[in-house]
Amino acid sequence: MSDFSYLEEQDYTKKFDPKLFGKLFVQLRRHWKSMGFVALMMVVLAVTDVFIPLLTRHAIDNYIVVNEAGQSLLPFILVYLVIIALQVSSIFFFILVAGRIESRVNYDMRMKGFRKLQELPFSYYDRTSVGFLMSRLTSDVTHLAEAFGWGLVDLVWASIFLISVTIAMLIINWQLALLVLLVVPVLAVITVWFQKRILKAQREVRKINSRITGSFNEGIMGAKTTKTLVLEAQNVAEFETLTGNMRKAAVRAATLSALFMPLVIAVSSIASALVLGQGASQVLGGVLSLGTLTAFVSYSVQFFHPIRDIAAAFSELQRIQAAAERVVSLLETEPDIKDSPEVVAKYGDNFRPKKENWEKIQGAVEFRDVTFRYKDGETVLTHFNLKVKPGKTVAIVGPTGAGKSTIVNLLCRFYEPTHGSILIDGRDYRERSQLWLQSSLGYVLQEPHLFSGTVMDNLRYANPEATEEEAMAAARLVNADAFIQKMDKGYLSQVGEGGGRLSTGEKQLISFARAILHNPRLFVLDEATSSVDTETEMLIQHAIEQTLAGRTSFIIAHRLSTIRKADRILLLEDGVITEEGRHEELLAKRGAYYQLYTNQFREEAASAVLGAGKREKEKEQKDK
Amino acid sequence: MKKRNHRLMARLIRENLRYFSWAAVLSITSVLLGFFTPAVLAEVLDNYLQGMPSRLPGFITQWVNALGGREYMRAHLWIPGLTIVLISVVSGACNFLKGRLTAIGSERAARRLRNDLYAHLQELPFAYHSKTPTGDLVQRCTSDVDTTRRFFAMQLLNIVDALMMVGIALALLIPISLKITLISMFIMPALFLFAWQFFKLIIKAFRTADEAEGHMTTVLQENLTGVRVVQAFGQAQRELEKYDAAASDTRDKFMKLSWLDAIYWSSGDLMGMLQTLLTLVFCLMEARAGRISVGDIVVFTSYIGMLLWPVRNLGRVLSQGGRTMVALERIDEILRQKQEKDVDGAITPELMGDIVFARVNFKYEEGGEVLKDLSFTIKAGQTAAILGATGSGKSSIALLLQRLYAPQSGSIKIGEVDIQSIQRKHLRNRVGLVLQEPFLYSKTIYDNLRIAAPEANKQQVEAAASDAQALQFIEESEKGWDTMVGERGVTLSGGQKQRAAIARTLLKDNDVLIFDDSLSAVDTQTDARIREALKERSRDVTTLIISHRILTLSQADIIFVLEEGRITDSGSHEQLISRPGLYQRIHQIQSGLEDEFVAQASLEQSV
Repeated sequence: MSDFSYLEEQDYTKKFDPKLFGKLFVQLRRHWKSMGFVALMMVVLAVTDVFIPLLTRHAIDNYIVVNEAGQSLLPFILVYLVIIALQVSSIFFFILVAGRIESRVNYDMRMKGFRKLQELPFSYYDRTSVGFLMSRLTSDVTHLAEAFGWGLVDLVWASIFLISVTIAMLIINWQLALLVLLVVPVLAVITVWFQKRILKAQREVRKINSRITGSFNEGIMGAKTTKTLVLEAQNVAEFETLTGNMRKAAVRAATLSALFMPLVIAVSSIASALVLGQGASQVLGGVLSLGTLTAFVSYSVQFFHPIRDIAAAFSELQRIQAAAERVVSLLETEPDIKDSPEVVAKYGDNFRPKKENWEKIQGAVEFRDVTFRYKDGETVLTHFNLKVKPGKTVAIVGPTGAGKSTIVNLLCRFYEPTHGSILIDGRDYRERSQLWLQSSLGYVLQEPHLFSGTVMDNLRYANPEATEEEAMAAARLVNADAFIQKMDKGYLSQVGEGGGRLSTGEKQLISFARAILHNPRLFVLDEATSSVDTETEMLIQHAIEQTLAGRTSFIIAHRLSTIRKADRILLLEDGVITEEGRHEELLAKRGAYYQLYTNQFREEAASAVLGAGKREKEKEQKDK
Repeated sequence: MKKRNHRLMARLIRENLRYFSWAAVLSITSVLLGFFTPAVLAEVLDNYLQGMPSRLPGFITQWVNALGGREYMRAHLWIPGLTIVLISVVSGACNFLKGRLTAIGSERAARRLRNDLYAHLQELPFAYHSKTPTGDLVQRCTSDVDTTRRFFAMQLLNIVDALMMVGIALALLIPISLKITLISMFIMPALFLFAWQFFKLIIKAFRTADEAEGHMTTVLQENLTGVRVVQAFGQAQRELEKYDAAASDTRDKFMKLSWLDAIYWSSGDLMGMLQTLLTLVFCLMEARAGRISVGDIVVFTSYIGMLLWPVRNLGRVLSQGGRTMVALERIDEILRQKQEKDVDGAITPELMGDIVFARVNFKYEEGGEVLKDLSFTIKAGQTAAILGATGSGKSSIALLLQRLYAPQSGSIKIGEVDIQSIQRKHLRNRVGLVLQEPFLYSKTIYDNLRIAAPEANKQQVEAAASDAQALQFIEESEKGWDTMVGERGVTLSGGQKQRAAIARTLLKDNDVLIFDDSLSAVDTQTDARIREALKERSRDVTTLIISHRILTLSQADIIFVLEEGRITDSGSHEQLISRPGLYQRIHQIQSGLEDEFVAQASLEQSV
């Protein structure tokens, strides 16, 4: 498990990282205005908060202690009302705007993440699970957005309030104010100590959280297999270990936070005590007015509200950092396969193609000295060369693991060669955009994936402009029309998630029709009809040949019927072409290809004869 | 429906009552202590500085008097100071313990929910998993659980705190001045009513927002699962638009929620602050008239804060509570789904007997009849095979045999026992089924094979892999048996997955073995070798093979031809090829190719 952990989770070890938040902040520049507005509201709120004790002091000193009869309370009430109006309106706006920021940041980060995920190549998905990615775009982003909406609010309010109170205290009585400020360095030390530990604990929590999401995803996706093997109890036991770890880690993190806050409050109460002691003796000495002391005592208590909030915001930041790291690392993942800026300038990117600049694909394909190594170090092809003329059909046969799928994946640019180049119509395909190639690609996989929606939606997936008639024609071509018509709502029947309501053979037929409707220049069939029954396969054989005519195509198949008419057959062993030619030529060679198929048939013939013979003998014996 | 959420909530609280009630006690203690600080301040301001009579309880006054009374305290002002520090230390300790206990309670509740959800989902029928979008389920299991956890962690005790604070504040304020107390309470009923109305609005708004989020997660999950197809067809832009629509919808619905929040909080604050002003003005007038002291004002203004804060906070509790109710409702929707059930007194017999389908009719929830009046018998220990066109109902037979679905009518018996009366886990343990599209777990290949037979040793695992023709590719891969597979592991080819799945099933001790087109992705030679090994391995095991390959089918003791849910012919290979029908046609196609091949080969040879 451990040596594979790099696949699932990077380990984050950095201390509090302002740069990370800087990066995020830049990512969120669209929201700067709103954030500024919220900050402004918080300033109004904080300043007016400072005014309230001043007003009370004024009232006490003027109306009671001095007790000048006849002094009207009206001005006091009016000022107070103004402050209320200011406070209430700023509260209204900051909640509204902060909530909007939260929703919008959520949206923005999700869209950015989603866009990035669309750009990441197959190699990324080979080593990253869906669950982990989902937890990044769901709970991690939610945490971040909440922090940007509300954390900011707390931080700004607290800082402004802190500054205002400090200034007010310094003005009223700077000696007493310094007493209060005395405890600030102590608090700073405490904060730093806790910050490190809380961050570490929070990272652990986030990590387990994404594992849990992954487990849920896997538990649901694999539920059917789990049933057939009766693994329910075992899976549940494993999952419970995971949630047990989560509970421990989360309680640890929460305990640290729970310790942090009371400590801050306890330390800050020392300041209140000092003020009270000192202030009271000054009042006794006649140096200080009673009203001033009252205000001061209430300031010294209030002074630590913002400190508490700042401390809380800090511990929140730790939590956020753990989420931020994960989101930012996704956003910063550089796709292994990327169009160069020049290519993007000319051909557009995956989202905004400049189709007017696209050259039409003729279909000449060349592998020139291609070496390919997977991320895990496995070398599949070395110095591989292959030239295919436009419109030709190439079949690749060979044992499992020979590199057949690798060749077509390289051709589709799902991976790029580690060394050497692949040319399409005489030019390195990296000189054109990925979309340019993929828009002309008809790719049918052995394990076909359909999207939830109707049969019709799936047929038209790659070519939404196709009419219903065209889609139905494609379905008829691959003999899928019959079973589609039999479904409860015909072409408008739901196929279920991943096409789960259809059999594999049916899915293969639909995904074949989907590729045909895409009208590609390059066709890739990777065991495309392996689960289709023989009669249907025969019936569509002609359709396949017709469809492939005039298009460059690559076929990987075990079944002879699909390959024998190919213009060229490659026998691939360990990444090397050991034989090639037309079916008849290869047979005449009497080499490995010949062996591959004659062995198969001989075995078959032999066992059939043997079996029949044995049975006849048994029969004879019985008869006797 | 609502009642059930309450019950779920109540259950979660009850299970962690130990933690929550101790936390509540500590919380109340710290709230009580919180009242002492203003009392000490008032004592200093009024009694020591202005010479008014003490308001502290008698025994404390006695101590103070024993020390030397007001004069002594004036000279030793550090004593009240130290008292304040001590109070905050004790209250800090309480808060710390409360924080820890709440965390334990809420994390336990969250764990319980997660475990229950996971376990329940595992036990839900096959049909449920076929129709429910994974993304939405994941959202409920993660995000909705988190909403609930946060409610327990942050809001639950606030209810106790709030009620406590109101009670204590009233108890302290009434003796000072009933009139002022009543005035400070003036607004309360309105605030409560207001909060309640809002609670209802928020529940409604949050439900639609949460549902939108669930939909968004579904879109995301589907995109990630099918990302290869998306890229192969260059459909990134359209997927982006689809996700955009779902994400914008979620955003807009949550923004609507912000509106409600903003209105609620600001109007609540407006009422609260007007109340404070009213009380303050009243206090000032009373003080002016000499009916109360300056200290009283300090006490009153700070206690009124204590009175209003919890009421305001109750709004937060209600708003979070509303969200939690919705989240629990969505969680409960899963937990309420009926699990697979066994009949009462389900039995666990040996399953070595004949398999008999008698007049079985079967259809899925949606769609037409799949199996129609289907009857056939497979003798114990026989190898049977089924040939049928795509969609003829072959897989349904396999699923029925493991009781993943139940037939609408007719019976399926193994050794005279109707399988509906057999414990389903027993049945599935004894009837090995290799699915057409097997799922491998995120574990090493070794653990994946051993998963259904944890007691198997290395030799047994290797033997099974060898029989399934999987040994070679496993041992040749770089990390061998430690290679990770599944979602987080290397990408295995379809054929490799199928072979791993076969090996996994072979490791179990099976009475019946079913291969649902499980060899479609392996080449014919490998197919033959696997069947050869199977013959050796499972001599007495009743075997059912579903395949399109005549070669695979031909060696079976009996072959059934399935067309549109009915058996149209059956017999041995020799019998079936000698009479017209689907089997003969397919045999002709497949052997025709073979003949052609051989003819061609000999032709080339002679040339």
